[in-house]
Amino acid sequence: MSSRDVILARVRAAVAGSAPVGEAARAYRAPDGGAADLELFAERVRDYRAVVHVVPDDEVPAAVAAALAARGARRVVVPAGLPEEWLAALPGLERLVDDPPLAASALDAADGVLSACAAGVAETGTIVLDAGPGQGRRALTLLPDYHLCVVRAAQVVASVPDAVARLDPVRPLTWISGPSATSDIELNRVEGVHGPRTLEVIVAEPGTRTS
Amino acid sequence: MSGTFLGMPAFPRNAEKALADSQLRFNLRKATHTIRGRRASVVEELPDWQGLRAAGKAIKDDTLRNLERHLLQAERMVTEAGGHVHWAADAEEANRIVADLVRATGQTEVVKVKSMATQEIGLNEALAAEGVTAYETDLAELIVQLGDDWPSHILVPAIHRNRSEIREIFLDHMGEWGRPAPANLTDEPKTLAEAARLHLRERFLSTKVGVSGANFLIAETGTLVVLESEGNGRMCLTLPETLISVVGIEKILPTWRDLEVFLQLLPRSSTGERMNPYTSMWTGAAEGQEFHLVLLDNGRTDVLADEVGRQALRCIRCSACLNVCPVYERVGGHAYGSVYPGPIGAILTPQLRGMGSELDASLPYASSLCGACYDVCPVAIDIPEVLVHLRAKAPHRPAERLGLKAASWVLDRPARLRRVQRLASRFRGLVPKRSLPGPGAAWTQTRDVPSVPEESFRDWWDRTEGGAR
Ligand code: SF4
Repeated sequence: MSSRDVILARVRAAVAGSAPVGEAARAYRAPDGGAADLELFAERVRDYRAVVHVVPDDEVPAAVAAALAARGARRVVVPAGLPEEWLAALPGLERLVDDPPLAASALDAADGVLSACAAGVAETGTIVLDAGPGQGRRALTLLPDYHLCVVRAAQVVASVPDAVARLDPVRPLTWISGPSATSDIELNRVEGVHGPRTLEVIVAEPGTRTS
Repeated sequence: MSGTFLGMPAFPRNAEKALADSQLRFNLRKATHTIRGRRASVVEELPDWQGLRAAGKAIKDDTLRNLERHLLQAERMVTEAGGHVHWAADAEEANRIVADLVRATGQTEVVKVKSMATQEIGLNEALAAEGVTAYETDLAELIVQLGDDWPSHILVPAIHRNRSEIREIFLDHMGEWGRPAPANLTDEPKTLAEAARLHLRERFLSTKVGVSGANFLIAETGTLVVLESEGNGRMCLTLPETLISVVGIEKILPTWRDLEVFLQLLPRSSTGERMNPYTSMWTGAAEGQEFHLVLLDNGRTDVLADEVGRQALRCIRCSACLNVCPVYERVGGHAYGSVYPGPIGAILTPQLRGMGSELDASLPYASSLCGACYDVCPVAIDIPEVLVHLRAKAPHRPAERLGLKAASWVLDRPARLRRVQRLASRFRGLVPKRSLPGPGAAWTQTRDVPSVPEESFRDWWDRTEGGAR
C-alpha cells in the first residue's frame, strides 16, 4: 500500500461515525461591491509607514517623476504593460526591461521599480499584485529596494472579502501591506528587512484637479 | 518530532529551570504583553469578529470532517497546475522525500522560510545528515539557528532573546554561516535587521532550492498561501528554481472564498496587525518553477480520530493563546519540549506523539484551566476542554490520580476549601519550604508553595466583617 493510500485510509477511519458537517455559516460582512473609501485606503497604507500621494489621474506622470526624483532613482525597472503615459514626464529615465529576463543581480542593483497593481483593500491598507500588465513576474517588485506603485481608484475595494472575490487564484498573487518589516526583536516593528525597504504609493483619482 | 527535543525531561522540571531564569521571564512578559494589547485593538476594530471566528471554526470543521475529499481535490488541482504531490505518513518519510528531491537537483544548499511542520519533522537535521545545509532566513529563526538554540514561540521563535543578546549572537556566529556581522554592530533593532539583510542577500540570489511550509492549501484551486513579514518568504518562494513545500494535511481550506475569513482572522490574531506585510499565493508550478508539495500526516490522523481532541487540528498557529497564557508567560516555550509550545502545544503535542513519555504525559497539566486561550482563539478551540479530556486519558500513577481527585474535591466546595485552609494554617510549621511531598509534588515542582498565612482570607473577612473592624 502506498503512503497515499495509508493516509487516506486513516483519514477515512478517523472520521467514520462522526456526524456530517455541512457548509459553514457566514455571519460576517459579505463583499459589498460598492465604491471604497479612498481616504481610508490612503490612511491605512500610511499606517504601515509607507509614503502615499492621492492625485487626480492626469497628475500621475508628474507625481511619478517627482517621487523618482526625490528618491534619486535613475535606473528603474519598468514591467511590461505599464501605461506609457505614467512615464511621460521622464524622457531621460533609464528603463530596465525584463525582456530577456533580467538577472537577479541586475534587479538587486536597480534603483527601484515602478509598477501597477491588481487591487487595493481600503480596510487593511493592502495592495495586491497578480503578475498582470505593469507588474511582471514577482521578482521584479521584490529585489529592488524601492517600490513605487500606482493604484487606480477603481481598483480599490472596501474589504478583504471584496478583494478575494475579485482576484484570480490561478495567477501568482502577492498581497503587500507596507514595506518589509519584522517584529522579531523584542516585538518592535522595524521597517526594512529583505523586501523593498521603501514603499511609495500613488493613488490616482478620476478626473482633473479642481481647486 | 524534532530530534532536538528527544530525551527532554518532563514539563515540571523544565518549568522549574525556566522559572529560575529571570532574564527569560522579563523578556517574555514584556513581549507577550505588548502583542496582547496590539491584538486586542485590531480585533475590536472589526464589528463582525465573532461572526468571523464562528465561520473560521465551521470552515475548519468542514475541512476535518470531509478531509479525504478535500485532500483528493487539492492533489488533483496542484497536479493539473503542473505541481508534483507527495504523501508522507511520518516524519522519516517526509524527510526522505525532501532529501531525495534536493539530491535530484544536484544542490547541497537550500533556503528555508519559517515553517512549523519542517521543525516538527526535524528536516534541517535530516538534511544535514545527507550533506545538505538548510539556511533559515526568518530573522527569528536565524537568531535561533546562529545561537544553536531552540525556538520558544510559534510566531517569534526568539522571543526569549533581547536585543543585546541578539547582537552578541550575530557578532559571534554570523561568520560561521556566511557573511559576518559588521564589527561596529549596535543593538539598535534597525541595525540588527540591516545586518540580517546583508548576511542573507547573497544567499537568496544564488540558492537554487527553496523549502517552505504553508499557512493554507485551498482544495478547490490547489493554491498555497504563505503569510510573512520580512520578505524572506517571498525570496524563498520566488527566486529558487525548485520549491518544496511541506504541508500538514489539516492545513486545507475547502474553497478559495474561505480565505476571506482567514486573511482577517490570522494577521489580527498573530502579529496584531490589520494585515501582515506580505502574503504570497501560488498555484502549482508558478512562473516556470518546479514545484513539489509534500502532504504530511505524522500523527495528525491519530488526532483526527479523537472526537474531542480533533479540534486541535483547527489551529492556524496564530500564537494568540501563548500570549495570554499565565503559565507560558512564566515558564517560556522551551519547557514544553516541543516545537508547539503554550496552550496549543499542551493539547497538540501529546496527541501527535502519544503520551508514552513522561514529558508528553505531563503536558496536559501545564495549564491552570483559566480559559484565556479559548477566548482569544480565532478558531474557537476549547483548549481547557481538550486538556481535561487528555488528563483523563493520560497514564497516571495511582497516587497522582488520588491527588487530583482530592484537589477537585476541595476546590469544588467553598466550605471544604475553608476547612482545608484552616487545617493548613494550623500545621504551618510542617509545610516544607520548597515542595509538597507525595501527590502534591507534581504541582509544587513548578510552583513555590505559597506560605500559609496565619489566618485565611475568609476567616479574616468573617472576623473583621470585611475589614470594617
Ligand atoms: S490554538 Fe487557537 S489561539 Fe492557539 S495558536 Fe492555534 S489558532 Fe491560535
